[in-house]
Amino acid sequence: MSGLTFAAAVLAICPLLLIFGFLLYQGASALNWDFFVHLPKPVGEAGGGVANAIVGSLIVIGLAVALGLPVGILGGVYLAESRDRRLPWLLRFVADVMNGVPSIVFGIFAYTVVVLPMRRFSALAGGLALGLILIPIVLRTTEEMVRLVPNALREAGLGLGLPQWKVSLRIVIPAARAGIITGIVVAVARIAGETAPLLFTALGNRFWHQGLDQPIAALPLQIYAYAIAPYDDWHRQAWAGALVLITLVFLASLAARVATRDRAIARLR
Amino acid sequence: MAGESTAGTGTADRLSLPPRAIGGSRAGRGDRVYTAVLLSSVSLVLLLAAGLVVALVRESWDAIRTFGFRFLVTSHWDPVAGEFGALPFVYGTLLSSLLALLIAVPLSLGAAIFLAELAPSWIRPPIAFLIEMLAAVPSVVYGLWGIFVLVPWLRDWVQPALGRTLGFLPLFQGPPYGIGMLAAGIILSIMIMPFITSVSREVLLAVPGSQREAARGLGATRWETTRIAVLRYGRSGLIGAFLLGLGRALGETMAVTMVIGNRPEIAASLFAPGYTMASVLANEFTEATSDLYVSALVEIGLLLLLVTVVVNGFAKLLVWSVGGPVRGTRE
Amino acid sequence: MGDGLYVKGLRAWFGDRLILKGVDLTVAPNAVTAIIGPSGCGKSTFIRCVNRMHETVPGARVSGQVLLNSEDLYAPGVDPVQVRRRIGMVFQKPNPFPTMSVFDNVAAGLRLGSIRRKAHLHEPVERALRHAALWDEVKDELDKSGVSLSGGQQQRLCIARALAVDPQILLMDEPCSALDPIATAKIEELIHDLKKELTIVIVTHNMQQAARMSEWTGFFLLGELVEFGVTKDMFTTPGDKRTEDYITGRFG
Repeated sequence: MSGLTFAAAVLAICPLLLIFGFLLYQGASALNWDFFVHLPKPVGEAGGGVANAIVGSLIVIGLAVALGLPVGILGGVYLAESRDRRLPWLLRFVADVMNGVPSIVFGIFAYTVVVLPMRRFSALAGGLALGLILIPIVLRTTEEMVRLVPNALREAGLGLGLPQWKVSLRIVIPAARAGIITGIVVAVARIAGETAPLLFTALGNRFWHQGLDQPIAALPLQIYAYAIAPYDDWHRQAWAGALVLITLVFLASLAARVATRDRAIARLR
Repeated sequence: MAGESTAGTGTADRLSLPPRAIGGSRAGRGDRVYTAVLLSSVSLVLLLAAGLVVALVRESWDAIRTFGFRFLVTSHWDPVAGEFGALPFVYGTLLSSLLALLIAVPLSLGAAIFLAELAPSWIRPPIAFLIEMLAAVPSVVYGLWGIFVLVPWLRDWVQPALGRTLGFLPLFQGPPYGIGMLAAGIILSIMIMPFITSVSREVLLAVPGSQREAARGLGATRWETTRIAVLRYGRSGLIGAFLLGLGRALGETMAVTMVIGNRPEIAASLFAPGYTMASVLANEFTEATSDLYVSALVEIGLLLLLVTVVVNGFAKLLVWSVGGPVRGTRE
Repeated sequence: MGDGLYVKGLRAWFGDRLILKGVDLTVAPNAVTAIIGPSGCGKSTFIRCVNRMHETVPGARVSGQVLLNSEDLYAPGVDPVQVRRRIGMVFQKPNPFPTMSVFDNVAAGLRLGSIRRKAHLHEPVERALRHAALWDEVKDELDKSGVSLSGGQQQRLCIARALAVDPQILLMDEPCSALDPIATAKIEELIHDLKKELTIVIVTHNMQQAARMSEWTGFFLLGELVEFGVTKDMFTTPGDKRTEDYITGRFG
């Protein structure tokens, strides 16, 4: 029976190796300096790159972080420190629900509240959609990390005659800093790969963006557009883009895991 | 003010304690400002969530009013004529997700049991790590792999073989396009496997050790212990884990869109192309010309939201019933 | 110079459970008062009521009076934060702030309170570290992390941190229980010096320590103050039978 379950585990991992293997095989050939610094070439012409998509992704992620980070961290601190019964429960419930909502639904929301009134697709709309995905993740990790701070530290601060808010702000939260940052890294890695919410908010752009209120390119969007197009050269670039994307996401997740493992070990000491 | 700061010299603080002034001492005011800032963040989150639902309902109201319940049971989707029946999408979503569950559950459960109970401890971290990395792969990358690797494989090898051997079943009839429901089901199963595995593993680990000890004490082997003590005890939690996977599959967009064929038809065969709720949103939102079109699409989005929230909520309840609230940040 | 405390009718609850059943006690200035008793007798709760730390736990309640300089710390309108600035506390397990250096730890109470400029902090920090008998050991390593010191040094660091805000009274909740005998001896010596300038109340489960270090001793049992008096007298001729039983080791 152990053999069967072992086989199941191996089968479960196979796709990862297959996918990554194919990405390397197909995508590595299209990876060159041009790929990173040039704009896409006109339809039918070979070559060109995804520079605008990379920059665009960074911009949209930046917007999402600007919206989601302060709200998420403050909310997480509230959840960890509040003594109320009902409001924290409600917030946690809402955050958990938001975590399970398909990301495309957030895209629809951004479409109705930003794209429709502005009558155009924009980076702002994309940033809103991604920010909504970010908030519940940051909220819950921040809560966990702040809770992990030992009570002895709070007592030490209070015992010194510091008011509660100073204890929270200057002692507790800094102590949880590493964990909070890890949570942010994980959340950013997650939204970096999101395509669906950007489809009808940021829309995509074959050129440099003209402003935050204009459509903007993003790496996952570009990969999608190239993948479903009929040109071989674009297919190769799709593989290359996917390779870049998956490498970044993996590195971020890996870094996050290593960081939290170190802290866990340090705590045991 | 006298007495408020104790600045290192020994004499300044022998005065009496200052009473808390009506306007609040500096400390009291600080606490109030801090609390106000926190609460405004909390309100913002709650407002956004409420706003999401309100916006969706408002935008879809036109379609709801026009089509009513017919929307869910009619299969005629004709944007040009203004006819919108969402049944094909509902069907496609359900079928692809169930197919994904069918494939993923045995594998995930097996892997979870392996990781939680039967594996030697040195092998657990690397395998668990690899499975978690699988969860980090973006959907569009799965789709890319699906289009260029999975689909040709299905088209050239698997589907013809299935057609030859099991072709008497309507499930496996029809031309082997490669893209279609089968491809969607397979790729979805790969995507939800990491979630089901990790939640199942946590459920199994949450089963109290005393249960295992009781079984071992009766002379059970390792596998029997797992079967009798752990699986039975954790049964509802495991079902919750499967439902969480289902919830994820229902909302999955990009990978499915890229391999399912995007044809709004209901067919009996797994080889046939199909369409899901998420896919139609992905494909047609930018092309929606009329207000009614947009409204119909938003209604599908609302439907998707409701279904996933209900499934996920139910799933979480089941998972908690075994070990208490799981501190899940990856959901 | 230290100050005295008068505790009158102090009761404390955790939720519905009455922990302290009415304590009357006088803490003499410039002396060490030891609080002894078996586990669960309410000694820690007692001193946490003195500096209004008990009420920071959800569900905790206090009634009665604690008078410092004839001012009731529990009078309505009194800010607990101000109380805690005048009454310092050292905890059982050393708890220096892990994200701060030695210097910053000692300066924490000052910096987060009133003094901002780092230049003005050097003098109070050095003074506090000298008072805590730690200066010589850390004076060249003030930037090292607070948690990189040994257990005994960490506890002296916490004492320095508490002393830096110049409290009138120092409460110590079993400060040596997590330390080895050598570190314990250092801290006992330190307390002996400190009491010239401060009033100290120390909770201890170690009776020999109480006998060695204190002028006054209070014996708690099941939430009541059973006996209170001059240490020498209490240990040689205890008035209450329960005290005698505890001191001679018949229980606890």
